[in-house]
Amino acid sequence: MTVDQDRCCSSGQCVLTAPTVFDQSEEDGLVVLLQDRPDASLAPQLRTAAALCPGGAISLAEVAR
Amino acid sequence: MTTVDQLGLPGPRAAGCPFDPPLAYQRPSARLSLWDGSPCWLLTGYQQVRAVLTDRRFSADARHPTFPFLAPGRREAVGEKPSFLRLDDPEHARLRKMMTTDFLIKRVDAMRPAIQRIVDDTLDAMIADGSPADLVSAYAFPVPSLVICDLLGVPYADHAFFQEQGRRLLDTAQPAEVFQDAIDRLTGYLTEIAAAKDGEPDGIIAKLVARGDLTADEVAANGLLLLLAGHETTANMTSLSTLALLRHPAQADRLRADPSLINGAVEELLRYLTIVHAGVPRVALEDVDLGDGVVVGAGEGVLCMLSTANRDQDLFGAGDELDIERDARRHLAFGFGVHQCLGQPLARAELQIALATLLRRLPTLHLAVPFEELSYRTEALIYGLRELPVAW
Ligand code: SF4
Repeated sequence: MTVDQDRCCSSGQCVLTAPTVFDQSEEDGLVVLLQDRPDASLAPQLRTAAALCPGGAISLAEVAR
Repeated sequence: MTTVDQLGLPGPRAAGCPFDPPLAYQRPSARLSLWDGSPCWLLTGYQQVRAVLTDRRFSADARHPTFPFLAPGRREAVGEKPSFLRLDDPEHARLRKMMTTDFLIKRVDAMRPAIQRIVDDTLDAMIADGSPADLVSAYAFPVPSLVICDLLGVPYADHAFFQEQGRRLLDTAQPAEVFQDAIDRLTGYLTEIAAAKDGEPDGIIAKLVARGDLTADEVAANGLLLLLAGHETTANMTSLSTLALLRHPAQADRLRADPSLINGAVEELLRYLTIVHAGVPRVALEDVDLGDGVVVGAGEGVLCMLSTANRDQDLFGAGDELDIERDARRHLAFGFGVHQCLGQPLARAELQIALATLLRRLPTLHLAVPFEELSYRTEALIYGLRELPVAW
């Protein structure tokens, strides 16, 4: 999982979709990644978060385990 | 695909169904001409709308000489300092970032008990005044208005004034002078509030003033955006959603039986009703080929129709039907791209609390007049009901 803070517009869609993976910084409202290798079981949620992100700030890469 | 005809915006709705987008918009994307004769593309499909709203070749800067305005007098009124809604990055991002922390999910969640109290008190007052009541003025407007006034540091006691002026400002049928007068009065009002807030760190306006790097005009323009967006949108969503639920009683009952459905129901109502119904304007900075025969020339305006995009059958099967249990999260009711609504966490919290509380506390809620007699604000940039007489 990677997030690009430059593209984040603080909509919070990611936090609503996958609260264990994303948070928002109290200082500037930008997305914060809580874990960069979340469990594969979260994949559907993460895909939704990436699709909902209005800034296109969220990228997923699937890693063989 | 290059037929050019006059575009009525926002267009009239089909008789009988106030929830469906105007028939004139239910068509493939096309090039049309605006009220002043300028060419403009009406973009109606989900993928095209979403693509444009994330494409930096389309500008939101209202100072652009060919930016599409929906009514006379608006270009003149924009001036040198539009609110961040009508600017591109980096100016947009700079202003927006000053306010993002006020609308964080956690901040808004912390406000939920206070919102619930406002909702309960407002409903208590409506019930005390007795059935029937006008839900628009007794409930739908007071709730978000109280919340946003508190957040901004604007006295709620002045609500009759700024709601009236706000209504004139959003009404495309008003002549240019009325529009200019409303903007002057509201800007003057907010400038006075901002001046009084100097050194008093209470609310977003005071915070913007305290930064010291914004001009009085910038504080007023951005305060005005939040003030209007903060209650016109949520208020109209609340009353229109209530009507939609009254017209779909099985779904209202489902929601009463299982209150945990409220979050999904609010997303579906946002999708189905899409109150930002006049389209989101952008201007092309260069020639852009959007596919399907739509080639937007440099300098041409586009209107992204969120309402038809949100009914896109490819994405939302049976998109013309209200189904509170579908997954509607991909809707574009808050726009998309870097301009997506800053206040959406607050809007969601208010709608979830206001609608759930209303259903729970007034199980016998029903229309107090025939449905056919209701009248709608089709000419406003934000769609809604003028009044919603209800009884219980
Ligand atoms: S969804 Fe995207 S834009 Fe919104 S807070 Fe998350 S990363 Fe930022």
